[in-house]
Amino acid sequence: MNSVRHNGFLLGGIRRLGAVMIFLGQLVMQCLPALGRPRLLLHQIYNAGARSLIIIMLSGLFVGMVLGLQGYELLQRFGSEEALGSAAALGLLKELGPVVTALLFAGRAGTALTSEIGLMRATDQLTAMEIMAVDPMRYVAAPRFLGGVIAMPLLAAIFSVIGLYGAQLIGVQLMSVDKGVFWSQMQGSIGMRDVVEGVVKSLIFGIACSLIAVHEGYHAEPTAEGVGLATTRTVVASSVLTLLLDYVLTAAFLRGT
Amino acid sequence: MRDVHYAIGGREIFTGVDIAVRRGRITAIMGPSGAGKTTLLKLITAQIFANRGQVRVFGHDLASLNSREIYTLRGRIGMLFQNGALLTDMDVFDNVAFPVREHTDLSESLIRTLVLLKLESVGLRGAAQLMPGELSGGMARRVALARAIVMDPELLIYDEPFVGLDPISLGVILRLIKRMNEALGITTIVVSHDVQELATIADDSYLLSGGRIAASGSPAQLAASTAPAVRQFMTGGAEGPVAFHYPAPDYVTQLLTPDGE
Repeated sequence: MNSVRHNGFLLGGIRRLGAVMIFLGQLVMQCLPALGRPRLLLHQIYNAGARSLIIIMLSGLFVGMVLGLQGYELLQRFGSEEALGSAAALGLLKELGPVVTALLFAGRAGTALTSEIGLMRATDQLTAMEIMAVDPMRYVAAPRFLGGVIAMPLLAAIFSVIGLYGAQLIGVQLMSVDKGVFWSQMQGSIGMRDVVEGVVKSLIFGIACSLIAVHEGYHAEPTAEGVGLATTRTVVASSVLTLLLDYVLTAAFLRGT
Repeated sequence: MRDVHYAIGGREIFTGVDIAVRRGRITAIMGPSGAGKTTLLKLITAQIFANRGQVRVFGHDLASLNSREIYTLRGRIGMLFQNGALLTDMDVFDNVAFPVREHTDLSESLIRTLVLLKLESVGLRGAAQLMPGELSGGMARRVALARAIVMDPELLIYDEPFVGLDPISLGVILRLIKRMNEALGITTIVVSHDVQELATIADDSYLLSGGRIAASGSPAQLAASTAPAVRQFMTGGAEGPVAFHYPAPDYVTQLLTPDGE
């Protein structure tokens, strides 16, 4: 009995994954036409990106400040507090920037995307488009997906920059690490490869989080409860997938060194 | 529609429905709640497909069309949704202009003229800059009507256009349906359960009941029918083929039986 249930669960999972992949394929096919509508795309980048700026900047600042405090405390034990600059930069560029941005993105922009599309489904707006011979995949889903994918690396970059400022604020202004040493250590230890790793991660997290948000909204049950459940699923699935992908990508990058 | 059968989740919705909509006429499709009226519209607009039988629109068998052909066909159809289904992130003007911008390369000045003409025809030219959230139910439906006719469709479908309207808005919508049909010669399908209202405008009527067409003819013929299902629907009787009570165990027995026994 248990094995039947287990198999059913497994099959359901595979079927769901297959449906999401087919949806991704349909989205990708509609991305080119969406690129040809810059105003629509810019509007979605604004929605997913600019409207998430405050939360990203505030979080970046606090994460950077905590990193400065904890990093200084730890490095001081080994007498290498001057390495704070490079430690903070590596941590932010390669890990915290992309990962925390993706988690915040899922909570802010992802839920907004899901609920918006879900409500469009519930109020027949998507059906109305189909009847007007306008493909909602092209007009609604693809621009929102692309907007999220483009916004994520930009947000992660802003997060990392503000985070570095926060780490510098604590390390240099509060803990008296030498300003020149802080910045020169950072410059000396960060290579283009580290920056690329962060950009690749944030791009892939952007694809994953935007795909989940748009997919859940597009296939939400057209009821208040259905839209609520879809929004919750977006946050949970995006967060778990981000952390899983982070492990896979980190392992892949380390293997490549 | 010819001998259309449709089932969903093992539940039979239609078991052999035949409907013929005549060009340039107003056809009313009536039926009690849950009779499958909205499902019927989904079949006509190829949102879903019949399990058996044939749905032909403008001479095309919908089951034989690919998605591109279906989209082309939909370009000749306008539809008014129960709640209007206006795009909430656009104002009234942009909502009406939406299909024109999507399907034509007309200049903005021409689109402006076209949209204002259509809004004038539904009496809402002055509301062009309002957002959908600022409209009453009747106004939203009139805007949706302007959007539905902006591409000059050959077939106009109304899904429950009178639901939740005050008498003034209802009268306005009723007159608009008639005027659109007469002035523009648009073939019209109205799906509703408002018998009195439909009787004043419909040329042909069909009554859906129990997954089939229970009666058809002019509204006067339906009103004169002696068939129990038709009588019950036309007079709004509580008892008849459509039972007032949902199937349940014996009333007294259930009341006297403790919970769970």
